[in-house]
Amino acid sequence: MDAFVNALTTILVFGLAYAMLLFIISVGLSITMGLMGFVNLAHGSFAMVGGYVTVTTAGDWGVPFIPSLLIAFVVVGLLSVLFERLLYARLYKAPELDQVLMTIGLVFVSIAAVTFVWGADPLNIQIPDFLRGNVDLGFKLIPTYRAFMIVIGALIAILLFYGLERTRVGAQVRAAVDNRRMAESMGINTGRLFTLVFALGSGMAAIGGGLGIQILGGVKPTFAFEYLVVFLIVVAVGGLGNIRGTFFAALILGVLDFAGKYLLPEGGAFFIYAVTLIVLLWRPQGLFGKA
Amino acid sequence: MSEAVLETRDLNKNFGALQVSRNINFRLDAGARHALIGPNGAGKTTFVNLLTGVLSPTDGAVLLNGRDITHMRQDRRVKAGIARTFQINTLFAGLTVLENLYLAVSEHLGRAGAMFRPAGARREVVDEAMAALDGLRLADDAGKTIRELPYGRQRLVEIAIALALKPKVLLLDEPAAGVPSAESHLILDVIEALPEDIAVLIIEHDMDVVFRFAREITVLVQGGILASGPPDEIAANAEVRSVYLGEGTHD
Amino acid sequence: MSADTSTTAAAAATAGRLDRASARRILLHDHRIRLIELLPWVIALGVFFLFPGYRLLATQILIMILFALSLDLIVGYAGIVSLGHAAFFGTGSYVAALLVSSYGVPEPVTGVVAAVIVSAALGFVTGWILLRTHGLTLLMLTMAFAIMLHELANEFAELTGGFDGINFAPGPILGIFDFDPLWYSSNYFYALVFLFLGFLFVRAIIYSPFGRALVGIRENTRRMHAVGSPVLWRMVTAYTISAGLAGLAGAIYVQVQGNVTLGVLSFELSGEILVMLILGGTGRLYGAFIGAAVYKLLESFTEQILGTDQPYWMLVIGVVLIVTVLFTRNGFIGMYDDAIAWIRRRRRS
Repeated sequence: MDAFVNALTTILVFGLAYAMLLFIISVGLSITMGLMGFVNLAHGSFAMVGGYVTVTTAGDWGVPFIPSLLIAFVVVGLLSVLFERLLYARLYKAPELDQVLMTIGLVFVSIAAVTFVWGADPLNIQIPDFLRGNVDLGFKLIPTYRAFMIVIGALIAILLFYGLERTRVGAQVRAAVDNRRMAESMGINTGRLFTLVFALGSGMAAIGGGLGIQILGGVKPTFAFEYLVVFLIVVAVGGLGNIRGTFFAALILGVLDFAGKYLLPEGGAFFIYAVTLIVLLWRPQGLFGKA
Repeated sequence: MSEAVLETRDLNKNFGALQVSRNINFRLDAGARHALIGPNGAGKTTFVNLLTGVLSPTDGAVLLNGRDITHMRQDRRVKAGIARTFQINTLFAGLTVLENLYLAVSEHLGRAGAMFRPAGARREVVDEAMAALDGLRLADDAGKTIRELPYGRQRLVEIAIALALKPKVLLLDEPAAGVPSAESHLILDVIEALPEDIAVLIIEHDMDVVFRFAREITVLVQGGILASGPPDEIAANAEVRSVYLGEGTHD
Repeated sequence: MSADTSTTAAAAATAGRLDRASARRILLHDHRIRLIELLPWVIALGVFFLFPGYRLLATQILIMILFALSLDLIVGYAGIVSLGHAAFFGTGSYVAALLVSSYGVPEPVTGVVAAVIVSAALGFVTGWILLRTHGLTLLMLTMAFAIMLHELANEFAELTGGFDGINFAPGPILGIFDFDPLWYSSNYFYALVFLFLGFLFVRAIIYSPFGRALVGIRENTRRMHAVGSPVLWRMVTAYTISAGLAGLAGAIYVQVQGNVTLGVLSFELSGEILVMLILGGTGRLYGAFIGAAVYKLLESFTEQILGTDQPYWMLVIGVVLIVTVLFTRNGFIGMYDDAIAWIRRRRRS
């Protein structure tokens, strides 16, 4: 019985920590795809660059960890506005295939660029003292950093739900995801709205990139492709543009993925893809998407 | 009374809570010239989509020559003899008129699955495609792409494609909609000259066209049939006048 | 297709009214082999004799052309976009490799046949299930399926060699020609012959009634339903053929180099092959040739010039790709079309 509780707690804690990371990074992608119908395969690159910025500020310049994440948020957010205006905006009405390819191009460029600046090897950072060690749950010790991830993820989720339900921008986003033409006819400037949301989403991906360094064993150039796939399936399973859906999809897939790998080290990794296939065949609009 | 070619029984279609077709009992007789009218949003195009299999009904049945085709796939229904035109041009815009016809005829003759002989190698496919164009005086345009044609002629290509499928039942969804009046007589002439053995159902807003063409009219309101009968009867029907004719004749 | 139809249109315009015979000729005309179509094969032979040092690279290009060609059949002709075509390439690879390493069947052509059958069967089954969806969902499903296979191959490491892969030694081709790991002579012709056969096959298909029907589906699916085309069935057929050809490419790829690694099933490869095809141009048969060649040459020469195996070539390809998507109509083939059209206009005025 103890062993069972032990395993269950491990799965829940590690799985939830991973799930929160998935949520923080994927939510921006979900909004991009839901709001403008843009297939942004470069979203993982924004997260990766966020990771590298964190490595430089926290590792090389000695900026504390949390402010480093905020710097990554701002830097990547601004960078993404540049790309959005310069490149993405030209392809809003283009076929999916063009969007896929332009953003694959961006991924390629980003991989070459970060390799040039930071090298090809995985980079790690020293996490601050207060996030090291373990937290005692009474019956089990859990790593402080994972607990911190869960708390941060939950905070961000609450903040987002609140922002979406209670703020003007949130209402505009909901309206535009629901029916873009209607929103435009009501006088919402969806172009500007999208730039703003795109920047926020990319910034959050950057925070996720920074937070994930510790969990994913460092940040490296192949990150842009390696994890992109997971972000995409989180978004697809959650339903495009559906923040609540993205949250639950991240929870389900994050915990399942960790559980699979933990319980079946030999056969667990394919598990979430099988689940994704089944979910999308059953509900092409995603678990929480509207029909 | 002549026999029904196409028939629906208690046909219902819901989109979630929205009922777009309710209890439609409709029959199209052999050789019919039947018009379906009704205000915007009455569910006319939905009804055509139910007949052609684009949508499947929530319940009820569709019968073709007495055979239940409710669950038959779209392409099978076409082969069974139901052809349609679309309200908004639905053509292969980048292809030539001939290629548009070719695609239809090769499917109709069961040649479209062939992989190892070039398109055009089969004489009868090309001949039938050209014959279909000749019939509507479109042969001169055979080599032009759809994009290069004026809108009225594009609408004619829609009809030519439907006729090339040698249908028993032809569903015309607003065949003259959006065509400038200078060209629309071309389309009306074609419709009037359709072979007698084809049962025709036309959806139309233009009452002049409806009363000139139809021998039978069905009025659809809010997804259900309000009235059905010969034109003079429908024109005299007080209920129809109040819900429809009073507001719908302005165009 | 657009150029095909514009020549058709031009011919008709000069002919004035179109009689049946010339209508027939127009539809048939597409199919005739033009002189310029010999060019790729002349180049292929020239490269073999003139640049023996580049045969390894050239062999890889030939195989990637075949892979891109298989993708063009679904993306360019039927309009089915896949982000997981490596699933079939990789399946073919592992079938060919495992036949030698685990089942003791060293003859390569047998391996190719088995690879084609297995990957086509896989294409048929997955196509039949997945092609009911479209757009973004289909994109995600093809991707998820390919990655699932990748993970499965990783997990069955005793069989597939896992991350390290398998080295294996295929026997002589048809029991006659040995592979030549040093000079790549037989390897090169082995790949060239299969590319040529695969090309003839695809070329026949796209100009056939079936190929025209695929274009119809790409251009307007609703209309194809309405003319009585069994759209799903046509797409599944195309997908199956495409999967078989991808499996063929995958089998040759691992046979000529005598090893297979997980990379043949990777998401990166699925992305790369799509990039190659788009760079060259879709739906035009020769886009695959140009795209695969340009991609591989850029990759290899950037590495040589910079003298590093760091992925800086990705910067070059990435920029070229972005520019291509933003500023051309249909990759290099599209640029070529535009250039020809521009020259014609200049001559006329």
